[in-house]
Amino acid sequence: MAERSFKAEVKKLTAGAGETFHGEGILAVTKALLQSGVAYVGGYQGSPISHLMDVFADANDLLESLDVHFEASASEATAAAMLAASVNYPLRGAVAWKSVVGTNVASDALSNVASGGVTGGALIIVGEDYGEGSSIMQERTHAFAMKSQMWLLDPRPNLPSIVEAVEQGFALSEASNTPVMLQLRVRSCHMTGSFVAKDNVRPPLTVSQAAAAPVRDLDRIVLPPANFLHEVEKIEKRWPAGIAYVRDHRLNEWFGPDQAHGIGIIVQGGLYNNLNRAMELLRLSNSFGDSKVPIYCMNVTYPLIPEEVAAFCADKQAVLVLEEGQPEFIEHELNTLVRRADLPCRIVGKDMLPRAGEYSAQVIRDSIATFLRAYVPALVPAEVAADPLPAPIAAQIPQRPAGFCTGCPERPIFTAMKLVERELGPAHVSADIGCHLFSILPPFNIGNTTMGYGLGAAGASAFKTKDKRAIAIMGDGGFWHNGLTSGIGNAVFNKDDTVTVIIDNGYSAATGGQDILSSRADNKARVTGNPIEKAVRGVGGGWVRTLTRTYDLKRMRDTLREAMTTPEKGPKVIVAQSECMLNKQRREKPLVRKAIKDGQRVVRERFGVDSDTCTGDHSCIRLSGCPSLTIKPNPDPLRLDPVAHVENSCVGCGLCGEVSHAAVLCPSFYRASIVSNAGRWEKARTKMRQATIGWLQRRDDRARSARAF
Amino acid sequence: MTDSRNMISIAILALGGQGGGVLAEWIQEVARHHGWLAQGTSVPGVAQRTGSTVYYVELARADADGRLPVMAQMPMPGDVDIVIASELMETGRALLRGFSTAGRTTLIGSTHRVYAISEKAAMGDGRGSSDRIMEAAGQRSARFIGFDMDAATERAGSVISAIMFGALGGSEALPFPRETFEQAIRDSGIAVPSNLKGFDEGYRAAKGAVALPVEQEHAVPVPTTAKERALDARAQAMLAPVALSNALHGIARLMDYQDADYATLYLDRLERIAALDRAPHLLSAEAARYLALWMSYEDTIRVADLKTRASRITRVRSEVQAADGQIVDVTEYMHPRLQEIGETLPAPIGRILLGNGPLAKMLAPFFQQGRHVRTTSLRWFLMLRIVARMRGMRRASIRYMEEQARIEAWLALTEQLAISDTELALEWIRCQRLVKGYGDTFERGLRNFATVRDAFLALPDAQRNAEWLRQASAMALGDDEGKRLDGFLRAA
Repeated sequence: MAERSFKAEVKKLTAGAGETFHGEGILAVTKALLQSGVAYVGGYQGSPISHLMDVFADANDLLESLDVHFEASASEATAAAMLAASVNYPLRGAVAWKSVVGTNVASDALSNVASGGVTGGALIIVGEDYGEGSSIMQERTHAFAMKSQMWLLDPRPNLPSIVEAVEQGFALSEASNTPVMLQLRVRSCHMTGSFVAKDNVRPPLTVSQAAAAPVRDLDRIVLPPANFLHEVEKIEKRWPAGIAYVRDHRLNEWFGPDQAHGIGIIVQGGLYNNLNRAMELLRLSNSFGDSKVPIYCMNVTYPLIPEEVAAFCADKQAVLVLEEGQPEFIEHELNTLVRRADLPCRIVGKDMLPRAGEYSAQVIRDSIATFLRAYVPALVPAEVAADPLPAPIAAQIPQRPAGFCTGCPERPIFTAMKLVERELGPAHVSADIGCHLFSILPPFNIGNTTMGYGLGAAGASAFKTKDKRAIAIMGDGGFWHNGLTSGIGNAVFNKDDTVTVIIDNGYSAATGGQDILSSRADNKARVTGNPIEKAVRGVGGGWVRTLTRTYDLKRMRDTLREAMTTPEKGPKVIVAQSECMLNKQRREKPLVRKAIKDGQRVVRERFGVDSDTCTGDHSCIRLSGCPSLTIKPNPDPLRLDPVAHVENSCVGCGLCGEVSHAAVLCPSFYRASIVSNAGRWEKARTKMRQATIGWLQRRDDRARSARAF
Repeated sequence: MTDSRNMISIAILALGGQGGGVLAEWIQEVARHHGWLAQGTSVPGVAQRTGSTVYYVELARADADGRLPVMAQMPMPGDVDIVIASELMETGRALLRGFSTAGRTTLIGSTHRVYAISEKAAMGDGRGSSDRIMEAAGQRSARFIGFDMDAATERAGSVISAIMFGALGGSEALPFPRETFEQAIRDSGIAVPSNLKGFDEGYRAAKGAVALPVEQEHAVPVPTTAKERALDARAQAMLAPVALSNALHGIARLMDYQDADYATLYLDRLERIAALDRAPHLLSAEAARYLALWMSYEDTIRVADLKTRASRITRVRSEVQAADGQIVDVTEYMHPRLQEIGETLPAPIGRILLGNGPLAKMLAPFFQQGRHVRTTSLRWFLMLRIVARMRGMRRASIRYMEEQARIEAWLALTEQLAISDTELALEWIRCQRLVKGYGDTFERGLRNFATVRDAFLALPDAQRNAEWLRQASAMALGDDEGKRLDGFLRAA
C-alpha cells in the first residue's frame, strides 16, 4: 500500500459532464486523461507527479470498467517504451514522470518513438522539478523536446487551462504524428482549483483490440532506410502540421491591448499568473488580468509559431521574454524569427532577467521595472525601499535540512557506518537517490557523490581499491529501477571489490511509499515478495548478507566491518531490511488503537532520557538525528546546557538505546514499556513488586531528607 | 489595499508532518463555503521530511460581471495579508522572507521551539535566541498573535494544525464566522472531536496576550535541619548576594550527593575563591555553580542512586504519558565498564581490579557489552540500590581521589589567576563545562580540558587573557573530533 489511500481522489475521477471537479492540478490531469479517451497509461512515480500514479494505482476498478490499461512502470524508460503502442495503432497513450531526471532515463525510447512518429495521440506528462523545493539538478525538459522534435505544452496554471492542454495535446499529437510533452511546474501539480468535468470516454480502440489485429509498417521502425526518411518527415510533414494545428486552434493566447508604448511581453504559459501578479503590483494590470501592455502567452513553448511571433513583434521597439531556466532556447529562437521576418524589434531576455533560478512574481516585477527603465521610463514605478531582517536576528534562524523520519530504519545503517568509520577511518561513499541520500546532511554527513537513481553502486565502480574499499548505497526502489544490472551485475562482471548496502524498506519510500517487486505487502493488483538477495545471487553475487532488523546496531556494524575487511574478492552486498516507519505507522496505528479499545493487552514502547543524569553533550543526537530525540531547557538549577529529551512522538524503534550501548555513551536512556489492558495476574504481580520497591524507596527518601534539604 | 483587490493572501509556514496541507485545505473549504474562489499550492518535495514548507493560499471573489481573478502561486514579499507559522523560528523565517509586513500582515505564530539539527547536535548550547524573534515579529506585522501552540496541542489532546486553524478563526482576520470553520472540520470527517477541541483551544488562545512558553522557576532551597541552617548561615556570611542562589543550590546538591561534611568542604573551597573576588562577584557566582557540578561528578553510585528514586519512576510515568491503569516497565541502557566499577570500589580493591592482574582478566569479559537493566524488576532494583548505598565508601574510591585532585588543581590555578585578573579566573572556572558525560564522552572532555589548560599555561603572560580562554573552550565544544580546537591552537 502507498503512503496514503487515494480512494477519495479516485471517486473524483468518476465525475460526469457538468459536475464541478475540485482538486489538485495533477489530479485534474488524471481526470482529463479519462475524458480524452486514453487507452493506456504508464509512468514512474516521483515528486511532483506521484499522485497521478498513486491515484491510478488505486483506481483499478474504474480503469477496468473503462478498458483503460494502467501500468506502474519499472522505470521511465519502460514507460516511454510503452508509447510504442501508439505507433501503429490509433491508441491514445499517456506516460508521466518527474523531469528532468525521468526524461533522462526515458530519452532512448523517446528518441525512437519521436523518430518513427505516432498514429494515436501520445502524451508525455512531465512534472518539471525546478526551483524552490526541487530535489534535483536544475535543467530544462525543453532541450529534449527540441532535440527529438516533440511538441512542448506549458499551459497557464489554472485547472481549466491544464485540462484543455491535455485534450488539445492528444489532438495535436495525432494531427502531427508527433509525441507531445505536457510540462507542469511543481506548484501547478500541487495547486488546488476546480473545473467543469466532462464524462469519461472509453477508448474507441482498446489495447487488447489493437493486439488482436496487429498492424506492421516497416517505415515506422527506426532502421535504415526508414530512419533517414523519419528525419525528412519531421521537417517536411510533422513540423508544418504541428504549427498549423497550434495556429488554427489558437493554443497560444494574447492579453492586453494590441499596441501600447511600443513594447510587449512574451511569456511561457506556466509563468503567466506570476507575471500578472507582478504587473498588478506595478499598476500595469489588475487581479483580473486586464493588462496595459500587450502580452503574448505561449501555452506551446515548442515549436514557436513564426507568423504569430512576427505579428506580435511587428511595430514594437522591444519585447521582453520571460523564459524560466537556461539555456534560453526560446529567446534564441525568437531572435532568429525576428531576424528572418526582418523586424527592427529588440528581443530582451536574460540580459535583463536572472540567468538562472525560478522566476517568482518578485523576480519578474524587478525585471519588468528594469525593462521599463530602459524603454518606457514614464511607466517606471516608484522604488519601494527593501527592509530586510537585520543580520543579528536573521542569524538566530537555523536551517532545516531534510532528514530521516522518526524511527526511520535507515538511520541505524548510517549510525553503524559512523561507528565503523571510527574504527577503520573514512571510506569513499557513493550515495544514491532516495530518502537515504539525507545521509549526506547533518548529523551523519556521509556520502561523496550521487550519480542518479539506482546508480549508487555504479558510482563506485571506478574505485578498483587495494586496501580501503569504497562503499555504495542503494535503495530498493533504485535497485529495481536499474541498480540490479547497472550496479550489482556490473560489479560482479567486472570483479569490483566494493561494498554495496541495499536499503530494503519495502517501498519506493521517497516517492510516496509505492509498492515494488520486493515489497512485503501483498498487493492484489501487483506481484510482490521477490527477495532482493535472490536477485543479487541470480546475477552472480557471492558475498551477500541479509539483515532483517536494521535496528540491531551491533549486527549492522559488525556486518559492515566484515564486508570492509573480508579477504573475499568481488562485490560485497548487504541487504538491510526494516519497513519504512512512515508506512508502518500508517498501517499499525489504527490497529493498535482498535486493539486497546477492544480490551486486548497492548504494549507500547518508547524511549526517554533522565534529565538528571544527562550532562548535555548530545553525542546521542549526533549519532541519531531522530526528530523525536531533541533537547529541552535543563531542569537542573545549576546546569546551563540543554538536556537531551525524547518527545512523545517516539515510536520506540530502539536506536537510542542501541547507540548508547554500541558507542558507550551514557546511562541516561531508558526504554519504557507501557502496558495497556494488562491481565489480572500481571497486575497483581506488578502490585506486589511495586509495594516492595516502594517501601524501600520510602526508607531511602527518609534517610536522604534526614541528611539533605 | 486587498479589499479593492477582493483578495486575501495567506502564507502557512510549517514543518514536515505538522499538517500544514490539512490546514490549507480547511481554510479553502471555509472560503468556498462563502462563495469565494480559493486556491492553495505548495512545494513539499523533500521538505516533507523534517524540513520547513511554505503553503500558500489565495482567497478571492469574482467581480460584478463574474470574471474570476488570476491567482499567484507563491507568496510575494510585502503582499501577504495573513501569515501562520507553526513554530517560533518558522515565524522568524516568515520575517526573513519578507512575508510579514508592518501595518498590513496579521502574523499568527507559535512561540514554542522545535529545535533544528544544528541546535540539537551542538556539544553545548546551540539554541537560537527566541526573544529577538519575538521582538521582530511584533515590529514587522500589523498584529502579532503568538502563543505556545505545542502546549495548546497538549492541553487539547489535538494536533497543531487544528490549533493554528483555531487561532486563525480567533484572529478574526478572515471575514467568515466561527461556525464555518468548525463546519470545515466536521466535513473533513477525520478526528472531528479532537480537531474541534483543538480549534476551540486555538480560538481562545488567539484572543489572549502574546506569551513565550513558561519556563520552570528554581526556588532557592530553604534550610530545615540544624546542619543546613549552619551551612546556609555560613554561605550568607561569606558570599555576595549574586553568588548566594548558586551556592545554596550547591549545598543542597552536595548534601544530597554525599553528606553535610562534603557540603562543608564545598564551602571551604568556595570561600578561598570568594576571598579573592570583587564586585560584581561573578567569579564567586560561577565558581559556586561549577564547583558544585564538579564535586557532584557522575559516578556509578550517583547514577544508581538517581535511577532508583521514587520521584524518578513518577517522572518517567508522566513523561511517557502513562494513564493510571497502565503498567510501566523501565529498562535502562547501561554500559558499566570494568574501569568505572573499579574506580567506584575502595581504592585497594579497585587497584587490583584495574591492574592487569588475573582477577581483572577474569572479570573483563563480563563488562564487554552493554546491559539492559530493568529497574522496575525487584532483582535489578536491589542490585542498583546496593550500588547506590556504596555512597558511604565513596571517599575511599579511586575516582573520588582523582576527582578531588583535579578539582584542587583547577581551584589552585583559579586562585593564582584571580589575584591579578578576576575576569580571567572567571573564564577559567567556566572551562569546567568542558568536562561532562560518561565513558568516551567524559574522557574526551577531560582531554580537551587538559589540552586547553596546557596550551593556556604555555602562553606568554601577555597573551593569557579571558578572550583566549573563551575562544579555546568554545572551539573545544565546536566538534567532537577536536578539529576546531587543534586548528585554533595551531593558529594561536
